[in-house]
This record gives sequence, C-alpha cells and structure tokens, in this order.
Amino acid sequence: MSVRIQTADFDAGIEMAALRAGHSDVGAVVSFVGVVRDMNDGASVAGMTLEHYPGMTERSIQAIIDDASARWQIFDCLVIHRVGELKPVDQIVLVVVTGAHRGEAFAACEFVMDYLKTQAPFWKKELTPSGGRWVEARTSDDEAAARWIDTGYKKTI
Amino acid sequence: MKLRLLYFASLREQLGTGGEEVAVPEGVSTVEGLRAYLMARDVAWGAALAPQKSLRVAVNQVMSQPDSPLKSGDEVAFFPPVTGG
Repeated sequence: MSVRIQTADFDAGIEMAALRAGHSDVGAVVSFVGVVRDMNDGASVAGMTLEHYPGMTERSIQAIIDDASARWQIFDCLVIHRVGELKPVDQIVLVVVTGAHRGEAFAACEFVMDYLKTQAPFWKKELTPSGGRWVEARTSDDEAAARWIDTGYKKTI
Repeated sequence: MKLRLLYFASLREQLGTGGEEVAVPEGVSTVEGLRAYLMARDVAWGAALAPQKSLRVAVNQVMSQPDSPLKSGDEVAFFPPVTGG
C-alpha cells in the first residue's frame, strides 16, 4: 500500500506490472487514470496548477487506502497523484488495486477515487481565457462518496 | 498559546500569505474560538473566514470539527473544499 505525490508523469503499465510482480495469487488488477480535460464548466482550459498540503495529503490518502483494505479483500493498492503545472491530456492521478477477484478490486478502486476527490487536500486552479480560476467542489463528488456510507462504510477520516 | 496557521489555495491568495505563527489569548481553546479570534483581529480575515465560505479546518493534519480542542504547538490549516483527482 503506497502513496506518491510527484510532479513527474507516470507510466500506468509499469506501475501495474510492478504492483503484481512476484504475487502469483493476484487474479485481478484494476486501475483508474484521471486526465486533464481541455474544457470545464463551459470554458476552455489551457492548463492548471495543482496545489496540495504536504504531509496531510499523503496521510489522508493512506487513511482512505487503509479503509478500503479493511472493507474489501484486496492485496495491494498504489495511488500516484501529480501536483504542479499540468496541461490538457496530461495524466493527473493513478489508482491501482490488486486482488484475487475483480469484484473486490473494482469496488476498492472506485471507493479510493471517490474519497480521494472529496477528502484529500488538493486544489486545482485552471487557466481559462478570462484568467485563472479556482475549481469549485462539486456536489456530485460528495454524492459519489456518500453512497458508500449507505453500504456500511463508517467515515473515520 | 502558540499556534502555527496555514492557508491554502484561494484562501492563501485572498489573505496574501501561506501561513503565520500566532500567539492567541487565553480563552481561545477550540477551532471555532480560533476562527472567531482571527476574524475579529483583522478585517481581511473577517471576510475570508466568514462562515458562508464553508472552509475546512485541519488540526495537526487531521480534519477537525468546530469544537475540536487546540493546544500549544498545534498546526491549524484553513482551506476551501478540496478539488483533486
């Protein structure tokens, strides 16, 4: 279980291979890659700056991974999140989960992303034709995270 | 009581600083009390920390509640709702 916050890009294929290397009990590898889009909320986006809270960001993502591990039968989980200057089509975030079966791995991966988006301290500032603007939090993200509570998840973070 | 305050993202820009060391008077013992003290201290903080801003507050890098207690040496971070991922 590991968390990496970095400015550098990542290679999802290499990370997925590394996470299951030497583990012949792995039957499922699920991954999610988040990417910078060139449009958001009706404006074109030329780039963005991602700010974070060093220390708390890593700690909060680790807590989310720990919760996912307690809830589902998974073997390992890796989260890489980039910070700094990013452009459209750049990769922002990678979540990889390994497990014996796909169901648990899919659920854990989605859970980690839903909670990362609503709990981990990152902030995006987009560069649009009318200048820089801080991205507003979405209620749809809160709703996505809240649906896990209905299935028995106890919020501890 | 001495505290280390941190401000992030739009709040950092609005206040023009990423943080400060403060010595708060006796009687300021909770997150809510600190927020009220800072708002009364300076008009810029009064506007930036107003309740309708729906800011989050973390104490020692853990999300807090308004009644969370504070002790000397704590790191208290104020920031807007998060938008990563």
